[in-house]
Formats: sequence, structure tokens, C-alpha cells
Amino acid sequence: MTVLLRRMLGIVPTLAGVVIATFVLTRILPGDPAVFFTSSPTADAETIEAVRQKLGLDLPLWQQFLIYVRDLLHGDLGNSILTGQPVLNDLMQRLPASAELTLAAFLLAVVVAVPLGIAAALRPGSLVDHACRLISTAGVSLPTFVTGLLLIYLFYFLWGLAPEPMGQLDPFIPPPARVTGFLLIDSALSGDREAFVSALGQLVLPATTMAIFAIAPLARMTRASMLGTLGSDFVRTARANGLRRRTIVVSYALRNALLPIVTTLGMVFSYMLGANVLVERVFAWPGVGSYALDALLSLDYAPVQGFMLVMAAVFVVVNLLVDLAYQVIDPRSGLLSHG
Amino acid sequence: MSAVPLLAVDDLTVSFRTRTGAVKALEHVSFSVGRGEMIGIVGESGSGKSVTAFALMGLLDAAARVTSGRADFEGRDLLKLRQGELNELRGRDLSIVFQNPRTALNPIRAVGTQIADVIARHDPGSAAKIRARTLAALQAVRIPDPERRARAYPFELSGGMCQRIGIAMALACRPRLLIADEPTTGLDVTTQAVVMDLFRDAVRAGGASAILITHDLALASEYCDRIVVMHAGHVVETAPTAELFRHPRHPYTAKLLGSVPSAVETIDDLAPIDGSLPDLRRADLPVCRFAERCERRRPVCDTAPLLPEPCGPDHLVSCRVPL
Amino acid sequence: MGDRLALARYILAENPINLVALLLFLAFVGCAVLGPSLVPYDPIATDTAVALQPPSAAHWFGTDQLGRDVFSRVVVATRLDLVIAFAAVLLSLAVGAVIGATIGYFGGALDTSVSRVVDVLMAFPLFVLAMAMVAALGNSVSSVVYATAVINLPFYIRLARAEVSVRKGLGYVEAARVGGSGHARILRVILLPNILPPLVVQASLNLGWAVLNAAGLSFIGLGVRAPTPEWGIMVAEGAQFIVSGRWWLAFFPGLALMLAVFSFNLLGDGLRDIVDPRSRT
Repeated sequence: MTVLLRRMLGIVPTLAGVVIATFVLTRILPGDPAVFFTSSPTADAETIEAVRQKLGLDLPLWQQFLIYVRDLLHGDLGNSILTGQPVLNDLMQRLPASAELTLAAFLLAVVVAVPLGIAAALRPGSLVDHACRLISTAGVSLPTFVTGLLLIYLFYFLWGLAPEPMGQLDPFIPPPARVTGFLLIDSALSGDREAFVSALGQLVLPATTMAIFAIAPLARMTRASMLGTLGSDFVRTARANGLRRRTIVVSYALRNALLPIVTTLGMVFSYMLGANVLVERVFAWPGVGSYALDALLSLDYAPVQGFMLVMAAVFVVVNLLVDLAYQVIDPRSGLLSHG
Repeated sequence: MSAVPLLAVDDLTVSFRTRTGAVKALEHVSFSVGRGEMIGIVGESGSGKSVTAFALMGLLDAAARVTSGRADFEGRDLLKLRQGELNELRGRDLSIVFQNPRTALNPIRAVGTQIADVIARHDPGSAAKIRARTLAALQAVRIPDPERRARAYPFELSGGMCQRIGIAMALACRPRLLIADEPTTGLDVTTQAVVMDLFRDAVRAGGASAILITHDLALASEYCDRIVVMHAGHVVETAPTAELFRHPRHPYTAKLLGSVPSAVETIDDLAPIDGSLPDLRRADLPVCRFAERCERRRPVCDTAPLLPEPCGPDHLVSCRVPL
Repeated sequence: MGDRLALARYILAENPINLVALLLFLAFVGCAVLGPSLVPYDPIATDTAVALQPPSAAHWFGTDQLGRDVFSRVVVATRLDLVIAFAAVLLSLAVGAVIGATIGYFGGALDTSVSRVVDVLMAFPLFVLAMAMVAALGNSVSSVVYATAVINLPFYIRLARAEVSVRKGLGYVEAARVGGSGHARILRVILLPNILPPLVVQASLNLGWAVLNAAGLSFIGLGVRAPTPEWGIMVAEGAQFIVSGRWWLAFFPGLALMLAVFSFNLLGDGLRDIVDPRSRT
């Protein structure tokens, strides 16, 4: 139990660093938001100064930082100049859309890559093996935004199989009552079949786009890890004892191969948090990524800050989960101890 | 010993495909194991001892080719069995203890569970019954506090303890034949003796036969009834232990005996064997693979085939110019 | 060295893909070096009369919305993208190696504090960090290079630190210390050259990623700006025409991007096989 606690406390300094880094980064962004905010040709120096004071931008940097931390602890991430809303509200509003997309892509990637890697390791030199290796090498070469556009061209324009890539839901279908913010869940909960089908259709292409890039490293690591365990001494012992193939593959090879696969899962998730921005741009997805990007290009500080904080915090937590999963899978780490 | 042997290996030939050529690892290997007998296969590293064991167990890797030979075990040829039949046999009638006890065990699975896996595979039953048999297997190798030890992981156990687990696993389903591939490697001398005694007693108690593979002639002499001497993939001599030590017939065996501390009077009498194992990838390997290291070499040594000839009571030698 | 070459020849022969990758790589380098002087059209000259033409004999890759020749632009863009990627990776490698080697060598508080900073850096999804940095530093080629270099820094720092930690206790380092060499000299002359091979392998594997990063940044409008020909910008501009079926504006720069990254990745793999075959997957 103490190992668990120690691990969890270990992320505190990192989170502190994240808060500082985010603050520093957004303070060195160019442009004077006061100017932008007042940007009417008639704004004079006095008005700009008044706005600057209102936004607290005239204080020395360290004071701004303290105010920032204090606000943070109260859950105040500032207001967005573009939307006029508190950033926290904007993020909470848009987070489910990004989460739905990321989770769908993640699940898709795992469901395709892991079995592929296992199959490739079990049949070295076969068609599956070559396919796995090709996908692994090619997959990391495909830029997410190019893949997205390619899929749109093929499935929307050429073959008419996918709906127009204009966001999460067909604009003519009213969204279901908001419970979780996840369109698939909400429409399922309210029995709204039309919305469910539309949301699913809109989700397919962007999720596939993100998944493709993730499948490559995942399949490669699964295959490599499985090959490693399949060739190990203890698997040889299991075979020598006549254990059934399924027992060997699942309980001996796969379970031992999981450790590096889980690490790769963490890396893949981190990548997806970044790729969100690109995919949301290509598919006009109303998530936090496009929100932050629009804000960044408009010199609107607060949303960018909030976005970076949230993304980094999510990533740190995910890494912690991966670390904990590792401890559970591998009894050598001391989390579960024996006499 | 005059009854039908438990295992009869005849003319076993194995080669490996590698990037740099075919390695003719085993050639015309023949020996037998009687019921209740423990034989030793001895030779230098690289003489093909482990390859023989793996060939019998069906554990050779994909690059290996068994190009000829039979291995009759209880009326069936091990080398011709299909995967399914082999899997029935392995772990139940025929089992093996490996060289490196710690790596031979699954590092993230409790040792008791690993033994139970083997038992459940060959003799399925209720969980309680399997658990009882697992504990019995641990007790058979004299592991103290078996209930607690069964829950342990390999990294929590000493090397000697891991090897006992390995032996317990191999004996769990009461095999007829047990192969031990260098079971004492990596263990200190005291533990070696303990493990070997345990091994012998457990094998005898089960009425099984055993093959002990080792480079340690002294070890073989202490525990084995008969000894098979291998060199560079050939069986050069087989004889009961006492007979082999009293009357070695093959020049290699004699040199081997002369290089072992316990077999000679003083350390000054220790004589290393000249030369080294020939490169088994060569296309021009001589008929007798020891010829290039042997002082007794004659032109007759190059005539094929080189077959084992009787030269004493239950004593065979493959040499044209035996001692 | 002789058997390294033999191994190189073996690896090239074993898998024909490696040879293809090498040829592709050389083709790209060729485009980067010679391209701008050999292209048929001026990459930024507009001619609205021939706008949005599909690929033809006159314009192999078609023309874009301003009548510019897509082929010329794709070839010329090679130089920019390759330069950005190489510069970023080299910078990362150089700075990361020095920092990592230093903290690995001295250990202690220096190591802990720098490692903490690296942890914080790695807590951000890399692309997000790059975005923020380019926005902060201004839209230019150099800011893309710096941003890409910074986000890759942690890998080299960690690798160099690990390699030096392993080597600093070895005999020849001890011997040098006893012989009177100062720390700086040991680091510079003995340790750094020795840890270069794994770092170079990491660099070659990172090259593809650096190109993708740079293209991604310009795709969303950060870093390199129009009308400079750059693959990411071209894809972004071409994106709006995809839905009306004019695929060639985005397709060819996208293809160039994919092939470049593909060949870099394969070469990186090949290089790794030669330098450290044990880590082959």
C-alpha cells in the first residue's frame, strides 16, 4: 500500500512543474491581449491601459503567477476572450467530445493492433506476420492529417459511404438530452436511434484516422514482446510439459508479454492527446483541441493555458495508471508481497 | 537389463540450418535406457548432449532437421509422433529438468500454480485434488513448508530451491523417463549434492528411469549405472560406469578420465585434451570426428562407416584403433 | 569496420525494402539539393488562368487554386522540410547529448533537478508543446526548428544519461581520471564519442517524426507560412478542395510527406540493425 501511495505522491512535483511551465509558456506568447480585446480603431492608450489593468496584466510576473495559482486552486481558469465564458466551463462543455473521439480511437487501435501482433508472433514468416510488419512501419509514416484527408476523399467523396465531415452530429438532427456529454451514450440512454446512428457515422472516420497512427507502434510492440516471451526458457518448459497451446499462449506467453505492451499503451494515449488537435481541425470536431487552437491563433491566452494544463494533467494521471498496472501485472515490483 | 529397454535410440542424425551453413550436430547417435536405470550422457560443451535430449523431447527449434533415426519409447517412435500425441506424452510419461532453474520457471506465476498447471493438464480433477497433488509433489522433493512455498514466485527462491521446483514439476505426473540436462549448473557444490541426491531418490521412488546429461564425469560416475560418452555429435563409447572407468576403450574417454581431478592420483597427472571440437559446418569432416585430435590415428580411421563394436561386457566403442 | 560493411551489405540484401528505402532517401536528398534549380516552373509564380487543373503532361501534379505548379512546389518544399528536420534533430542530439552526459556523469542534485525538468517536459503531449512554443516564438522556420528540437530533447537527455551512467564506472574512464584528466576532458574526449552510436540511431529514428511534426505545425497555421512551399501548408491549402473532388492539391504533398517519413524510418531501422543488432524488433 505504501508503494501505491508513494507512486501517487510522486506525481505532485511533476504537476507543480506543469503548472509553472504552462504559466511561463503562455506569458511569453506574443501580442498584447489588451490590444486585441479592445481592438476597435478608436481605442486609445487610456482604454487599452484600463483593459490591461482589468485583466491584471500590469502586475509584475511573479504576482501574476501567484494570482494564477490562487485562481487555479479555486477552479478558476480565467475567461476566454473569444467566447466570453469561463475557460473551465468551455472545457467541460467540449471535453466529452474529445474524450469520446480519443477513447473510440484508442479502443479501435487496441482491438486491431494487439490481436494482429499476437497472430504475427504465433506465425512467423506468414502473411499475417508480413502484414503486421508492413503496417507497423507504414503506420508511423502516415501523418494524421494526411490520413484524415485521404479517408475523407475516399469514403465521403468517392464512395459516398461516410457522412460529411462537419462535426459530431448531422446538423439537421437535434442532439440528445445531455447526460454525460458523450453523444453515443446520451443518445443510447434516451433511446434516440437517429442521433445514435448519426453520431456513430460521424465518429468513424476521425476515430479511424487517429487509430491508424496508434496501431503501428502497438502492433509492433505486441509482436516483438510476444516473440520474446515465446522464445523464452519458461515457455520451453511449458511446452516440454505438454501444456496445451492455448494455455501456453495466454497464461504463459501473453501475460508475460503484457508489460511492455502496457507501457506502449501509455505512450500511444499521450500521442493521441496531441493528435487530437490535428484531427479535430480536419473533421471540424467540437472538442477541446479545436477550442485551444482557435484560441491560440487569436492570441487568447486563458483557453490555451487551461487546455495545456488539462492535457498534461490527464497524461500524468494516465502514466500513473500505467505504472500501477505494471505493478499489478509483475509481482517482482513489490506491490503485492509474499512471505 | 536384458528386458526390452524403455528407450531405444537408433541412428539419430540431426542437423541445423544456419546463415553460415548446415551444422551436422548429431550423427548416428545410438543408445538405450533400461527400466529403472539411470544413464549418464557425458561430453564437452558442444558435443551434442543437449541436442539429443531436445530431439527426444521434441523441443528442437525450427532450424533443426532430424534427417534419420528412431527413438522407440514404450513402443512408439518419439521422432515420428504428431504434435498432439507428443503433447500427451510430454510432462506425463517423459519429462525434462532444464539447466538454468530460475529462467526455466515463469517469473510472474507462483511456483505452485505452475506445477498445478502440469498436473491439471495431464490428470484433470477437482481443484482440491490438484492442490493436494501439488503439495505432494513439493514434499517429494523435500521442500519445507510446502503450502507457503507454493505461493512463492521464482525470484523469491534460491537457485537450489528453484531446481527442486523444476524436479517436482518434472516428477508430478509420475513419468517413466526423466531427462536432466545439466541440472547442477549454477549451483554451489553443496547444493549440487543435495539436488542430485534428491533427484536420484525421487526417481528411484517413482520406479522411473533417468538420463543425466552432464560434462562432469565425476558426477556421472557417482549417480549413473551406465555412461554414454559423446564427442562432436557422435557416441564414442557406452559402458557400465565401473567398466568404463576401469577399461576405457576410446582414446577420447581415456583423455577425459585423465583430465578429471578425482580420477587421477595427483594434480600433476592432470592432462588437458589437445585441440578443440571440429567445426561441424565443414563439408570435409572426417569419418571419426576425434581423429584430428588423436595420436592413435591411422589411415583405417578414415574408412566409413564407423559403427559401435562390442569390446567387453555390455561395452560398445566406436573406434578403429581402440585401447 | 570491415564486418560492419559486410553486415550492411547483408541487411540491404536480406530485405529488398531496405534498398528501396535507401534509394528513396537519396532521391529526396537529391531533390533537396538540386530540386530548386531543376524544376520546370517557378514555385511561387501564380497564373490564375490555369488554376485547379488536374494532373496533365504540362503539369505532372496539376495546379493549385492560384495556378501554381504543384510538382514544382512539392519538389522545392523538399529542401525546406528536410532542412528543418535535420536541423532540429541535430540540435536535439547535440544539446541533449551534452546535457544528458553531464547529469549522468555527475549525478546527485544536478541529475535530480534536471531529470525533474525533463519529466515536466515529457508530461505535455509533444505536439501541444510544439504548438505553444511556435506560437510563443513567432511564425518562422527557426521557431519550428527550435520547437521540434526542444520536444525531442528529453529522449536524447535520457539516453545519454543512461549510457554515461553505465560507462562512467568502467576501467578506461577510471584510468583517465587517475591519469589526471579533468572531468570536462573525460566527458568530451572519452565519454561523448562512445555514446554517439545509440544516439545516432535514435536520431535517425526521430528524423521521420521531426518531419511529421513540422508539417503538422504548418498544417494548422503555425510556423512556416504561405506562400512558402512546404508540404504541410500545401496539404492544408489543398484540404478545402478535397470535398469538391480536387484531390491533387493535397495528395501529392501528402504522398511526398509519407514517402519521406517512410524512407527515414526504414533507414533508421536499418541503421539500428547495423549498429546494434540485438535491439532489432
